[in-house]
Amino acid sequence: MSGPLQPRQARGLAQGLGWFSIGLGLVEVLAPHRVTRATGLEGHERLVASYGLREIATGIGLLTTRDPQPWLWGRVSGDVLDVGTLAAGLRPGNPERDRSGMALLAVLGVTALDLACALALRPSRKPPLPLSAYRRRSGLPRPPGAMRGAASDFVVPADFRTPDALRWPAPAGSR
Amino acid sequence: MRALRWHGKQDIRCDTVPDPKIEHPRDAIIKVTSCAICGSDLHLYDGFMPGMENGDIMGHETMGIVEEVGSDVSNLKKGDRVVIPFTIFCGECDQCRRGNFSVCERSNRNKSVADKVFGHTTAGLFGYTHLTGGYPGGQAEYLRVPFADKTHIKVPGGIPDETLLFLSDIFPTGWQAAVQCDIQRDDTVAIWGCGPVGQFAIRSALLLGAKQVIAIDRVPERLAMAEAGGATVIDFSKDSVVERLNELTRGKGPEKCIDCVGLEAHATATIDSMYDRAKQAVMLETDRPHVLREMMYVCRPAGTLSIPGVYGGLLDKVPFGMAMNKGLTFRMGQTHVNRWTDDLLRRIEQGQIDPSFVITHKVGLEEGPNMYKTFRDKLDGCIKVVLKP
Repeated sequence: MSGPLQPRQARGLAQGLGWFSIGLGLVEVLAPHRVTRATGLEGHERLVASYGLREIATGIGLLTTRDPQPWLWGRVSGDVLDVGTLAAGLRPGNPERDRSGMALLAVLGVTALDLACALALRPSRKPPLPLSAYRRRSGLPRPPGAMRGAASDFVVPADFRTPDALRWPAPAGSR
Repeated sequence: MRALRWHGKQDIRCDTVPDPKIEHPRDAIIKVTSCAICGSDLHLYDGFMPGMENGDIMGHETMGIVEEVGSDVSNLKKGDRVVIPFTIFCGECDQCRRGNFSVCERSNRNKSVADKVFGHTTAGLFGYTHLTGGYPGGQAEYLRVPFADKTHIKVPGGIPDETLLFLSDIFPTGWQAAVQCDIQRDDTVAIWGCGPVGQFAIRSALLLGAKQVIAIDRVPERLAMAEAGGATVIDFSKDSVVERLNELTRGKGPEKCIDCVGLEAHATATIDSMYDRAKQAVMLETDRPHVLREMMYVCRPAGTLSIPGVYGGLLDKVPFGMAMNKGLTFRMGQTHVNRWTDDLLRRIEQGQIDPSFVITHKVGLEEGPNMYKTFRDKLDGCIKVVLKP
């Protein structure tokens, strides 16, 4: 386990986030004016619509992929964009500052979910055994130094032999 | 029966398929007791090997019990315990008579295609591309073995599957890699890649008497296992391979170099590999030959390069002029498995080596698809996966 979620729970959550992404994306694309009014971002409808396309693409990716992790990190990156855009709405002169603040809180909540899900599905590179266990796996009955040349009874077939002139050390009499 | 089938790039599934049947008097059917995922299966998994078809059964490291034999198979009977070599061979053609089983002239049932692509056909292989016959593989509950009177290694009871299974491929492959070097007692042998074949090449070079064995990789558990086998290790993510090899050979370079990596060299470790990866993406190159380039550069002049690592097609920016001027000898090819297995089985029985050291994961067949990813991404400390159908 790599976070507060078990990988199996995280896979389920990733599916949910995929559907959420598509739903939100459709609203942003089809009704950008309603979104900008609700979030205090009036005048930025084209930007919101483009975010909607991003959400739809990410949602489709999450629902169709065998490995949702890259798409989840894509969502986290998108969340950072959303946070940046909404934070601009918190400027002192904005009459819709409260709405921007509420929207920002909501996006931060979703970001936390995206992040937890991506971390839970992060592949573990940590070996299940300590390295010392691998160092004991020689496959040899004695220490390697004692096994050096143990197969010297093997006769290399003629078609695998190095020509004498190319052997090391050089044959006696050569320069 | 259940079998692991290829359905496209990174899409292996455990499917139910019809049981195999005797199709020719020289066939046998075996009930698989153990099989394994090989590094070269990953080239199919990642879509780097042309000639795969949707539904192909994977796997070429297989052993089991003979279930049925064709009318022309007189040296096997029901109940015999056999390891199946990954190379299918007739035992009668010019190449087989010379012991060159991996280039058998008769076992590739798609010979006409292979003749066109390779110039001349090579042997049929289990669970591999249709350029090598497209024979159903052994990651399954049953396997049909063509030319079964030759294509088998009879093994005794009383030794666990895990100790014998790798006679099918990776042990003789590592062994042949070392034999191709014709190792002398003063030789330094440098081995790129500490995956399963690399581990056996390390131990083979040691047993054959190399003065020094140097192993190159970046995965800590693989380097640790290489050290266990007597190798001096170089972590290429921390040290310069060229500088360290020169330090360890008094500036002369290793006399013998073995490439146990092949066409999928780590894509982001070096600038030339990144270049290769970009060319692969736009289909201007099929393989990433970083290891070949490095071996040509560091090898001592008049040395030998042994290449058991699998290459698939077209390689770019290979410094062949350097290799020519240094007078390097190249030895390569798929493994002539049965040429070595009598000797290797004897060494196992005598206790000279226990090949099961390399196994890190043992799971049921149905877990195979997940294990491809685990093995490919070197997750969970994975070095070798054995599947139990």
